[in-house]
This record gives sequence, C-alpha cells and structure tokens, in this order.
Amino acid sequence: MRDDLWPVLWTAIGETLQMAVSALVIGGIAGLLLGIALYVTRPGNLLSNRPVFYVLNILVNIVRPIPFIIFITAIQPLTLAITGVSIGIGAAIPALAIMTTFGTSRIVEQNLVAMDPGVIEAARAMGAGPLRIIATVIVPETLGPLILGYTFLFVAIIDMTAMAGAIGAGGLGDFALVYGYQRYDQAVTWTAVAVIVLLVQVAQFAGNWLARRVLRR
Amino acid sequence: MTAMVSLHDVTKVFAASTAKGAPVHAVDGVSLDIERGDVFGVIGWSGAGKSTLVRLINALERPTSGRVVVDGVDLTELSERGLRPARAGIGFIFQQFNLLRSRTVAGNIAYPLKVAGWSREKRAARVAELLEFVGLSDKARQYPDQLSGGQKQRVGIARALATNPALLLADEATSALDPETTKDVLDLLRRVNQELGVTIVVITHEMSVVSYLCNRVAVMESGKVVEQGSVYDVFSRPERDITRRFIGSALHDRPRADVLARLRQRHPGRIVTVAIRESEGDSGVSLTERLRAHQVDGAVVYGGITEVGARPLGSLTFALTGDDARIDALLADLGAHTEVVEHREVTA
Repeated sequence: MRDDLWPVLWTAIGETLQMAVSALVIGGIAGLLLGIALYVTRPGNLLSNRPVFYVLNILVNIVRPIPFIIFITAIQPLTLAITGVSIGIGAAIPALAIMTTFGTSRIVEQNLVAMDPGVIEAARAMGAGPLRIIATVIVPETLGPLILGYTFLFVAIIDMTAMAGAIGAGGLGDFALVYGYQRYDQAVTWTAVAVIVLLVQVAQFAGNWLARRVLRR
Repeated sequence: MTAMVSLHDVTKVFAASTAKGAPVHAVDGVSLDIERGDVFGVIGWSGAGKSTLVRLINALERPTSGRVVVDGVDLTELSERGLRPARAGIGFIFQQFNLLRSRTVAGNIAYPLKVAGWSREKRAARVAELLEFVGLSDKARQYPDQLSGGQKQRVGIARALATNPALLLADEATSALDPETTKDVLDLLRRVNQELGVTIVVITHEMSVVSYLCNRVAVMESGKVVEQGSVYDVFSRPERDITRRFIGSALHDRPRADVLARLRQRHPGRIVTVAIRESEGDSGVSLTERLRAHQVDGAVVYGGITEVGARPLGSLTFALTGDDARIDALLADLGAHTEVVEHREVTA
C-alpha cells in the first residue's frame, strides 16, 4: 500500500468507529425499549396488549428485511430533513440507527422470551408494578445474554457502515471501494479487511469478557 | 374473628389453548375458609387445579366468578394497582424458588422491602434478622447459583417473610427437594407458623407433607374440593377413592393384589385388614385381647401405622386361623369399632 494512504486509513477507521458507536448507542437504546415493548405486550405477558403487540411486530417485520444498501438510499429524504446533509457520516447515522433499532429489538425480545417467567411471577407476588419489574427484574436477569446480543449487533453494524461507504459516507467501506476497488489495488482492499477483522475481534473479545463478568462464570 | 382466607364459590375458567379445544375449568366452585394460625394443606394430583387455587388467593390470577377475601379484604373488588399492597402482605414460595440470579442472597431478601419502600438501614437490619431466622447468615453475599436446593428454598422463605406477612402461600415448596432437605424446610415452615404466628397454605401432591405439617386439609380433584376438614378426620375416615389413594401412597399399609396373592400362599387362614385409629382405642394390645377372647389365632402378616397430627393412623393385616364361626364373631366384634376388610379369595 502507498505510504500516503495511511493518514486516509486512519481517518477511515475513525469514521467507521464514529458511525458504529453512534448507531450502537442510539439504536441500542431505542431497540432495547422496542424489544421490551414487544415482550411485555405479547399476549399473556406482563402488559399483554394484542393490538399494540401486532402493530409493533408487523412494523419490525416490514423494516428488518429491507437490504441496508437500499434502505439507506430510500430514506435519504428523511435523512436530509433530520441532518441537513445527504452524504458523509451524518447522512449514514440515521439509517444505521434505525436499522440497528429494529435489529436490536428482535435480539432483545428473543433473550427475554428465553427468560424463566417464574421470577416475574415472584416479583408480581411481592407487589411490584410492571415498570419496576422491567427495570429491576427483566433487564438485570437477562443482562448476560443481552451483552452477547449487543456484541453480535456491533459486528452487524460494522458490516452496515461498510455499505454506507457506497453512498459516500466515508469509513473503511468507502476507503476500500475508492482506493482499492476503483484503483485496482488489492493491497488496499485487504488492508481494510484486516482492520475490520481486527475491530470485530476486539469487540467480540470485550463483549465475551463483559458477559462472563455479569454471569459470574 | 373473621377467617384469614375465605373463598366463596370461586371458579376459574381458562380459555381454550387451541381454537378447537374446550375451555378449562381449573377451579370449579370452590368454597373454603382458612382460619388464622392454620397450616392448611391443599392436596391433589397435578392438574387438579391446586396451583391455580393458590394463585387466586394472592390474586396473581383473577377468578372468573366468586369472591376471594383475604384478611377481611375482598380482592375481587380491587384494581390491578390496588392489589399490589395486598399482594405484598401475602408471602409466596415456589417449587422452583424463583430467586433473582442477578442478585445476592441478601439482595433477594431485600427486594420485597425495596418494593415496599423501606429505607436502606431498615432493610439491612431486617435482612440480617431474616438470614439469622433461616440459618443462612454466612451466605448473605453469595448468589443463588452457589446454593443447594434446600438453601435456595430457605432464601425463598426469608424473602416471602420479609414484609411480615400474616399469610404465607407455599406452592409445592418441597417438591424439588430430596427427603432430608424436605424435612428441614418443613421444620422451618412449622417454626414460621408456631414462632411467628403466620397462617400457611401448603399446596402439595405429597401426603407426607400434609401429615407432617398441616392441621387442616382440602383434597382437590378436577378443580373441585372433594373433601375437607381436620387432617386426622379426613385421613382416618376417607370418603373418596382419591383420598384413600393419597393415604396409601404415604403409608403403603394395605396389601396390593399381588402382595395378597403371596400372603395367601404363605399363610393359611383368612386374610383380614383392620384399620388402626386412635378414637376406637383399638391399639395392638386390645386387638390381641380380642383375638384371645374369641379364641382365634392371628398372625400379623402386613401393615403400617404412622402418626398424623400426632395421632396414630394405619392398618394391620392378619392371617386368622381357627373355627370359622369364631372368626366371624371376632370380625363382627371388631367391625363394630373400626373398619374391617376381609380379602376373600377370588374363585375363578
């Protein structure tokens, strides 16, 4: 790889991390709330509400299967309205955050469904209300699996940020496309690949470590 | 003084789980009163509706019809929000313990106190007191996963008692435990009743739990209470087959058909089972006296006697030899005082 590309690579890494972390924080929190809503409104559960459950469920099913590369272009008018820009990192973050929200919601819901409902019954028997049960029973009891779920999501977000590169969002995907693919420089492409693999490894390692601590195993 | 728990014609119907299925009458027209200070057993096979019944008492389930009154408060009239303080005044322990795995033993016991809004200092003092009571003071900082089943249930009991409830509900509380641990937990529940004066409702499928712990019992079958009364009365004079089966499952005092066949091969004479109950005064001694009085020889060939509510209960099976007329006279004499069953040989 040409020496003068190193500063560009560093910038690209920074951009990718900025996009990924923003998406993880915004989409992670929104997705946690949406996933909890899906779980508690499910018929027979804590705040059982069939209409709300079906609306949320269908909404998630509509958005989630849209390929990200299409989604990011499809919502460009919305992005423009929110951020005032249609290219660059700022333009990619809303799409990333929305997609992350819907992806997170399913992962959160799956982990909650797998939880033993007996502890919720115990908390109800002690006179705890629904919001307290969500905050002090449901989330803490599933924290270990949730951390692993978020680790998985982080990897998926890195994947999405690379695609965002195709519409000029910057980051490692953009770097690989512009300096590697379009200039026939395989070394650049593989450098980007190596950096992404490294990022994913670090994220997975950190997630596993944190989940182990929470689960005390 | 009013009863601790009063159920008036309570029914709970669950909608069918499938489109074609019929609705399930889990609890069907149950009325019963549980007095203050009682240890009240509800015994039944699985599916009899006893777990639903106990959940109606703390309104984890709402009845389809009927009234549930606990400590003078009609729970059926309260809203979901209004029920929360009522539930906090009723302890509940579970077969699978249902402890919070993310909290320590002390954290689990403190949880209901947090819900009830106790200050940190009061919580800490109460938790220490409860740990002392259940004998787990050294485990305060451990997590549930590090405890044995019996220890987990002790934590469950401490947690259920935290807010000083007047009523404790135990849903198959010992069914996941081995016999030795079961006895420890039952002893602890007995202390809860006797030292703290807490009324206890025990749901179980084990006759031994009822006979060890309870003073009153209701037998449930298909959502209905088919027999109820003092434990000794119900189990010494069972009216229903299901009650007899529970007694048999605990005592093993009456010979089954295959045992009878072997007894006949081994012993000459007529095989007769005599019920042993306290009220008749038919102790083993007086039985032998009657045998002598009627000049009949009898060998004890099978049987079992246990204590229920500190009174003897069981039966003995004799092989009687001698003059047939004398044996008939003996059986008539005994039959006037207690239940006597002669196992006649089935002729093909």
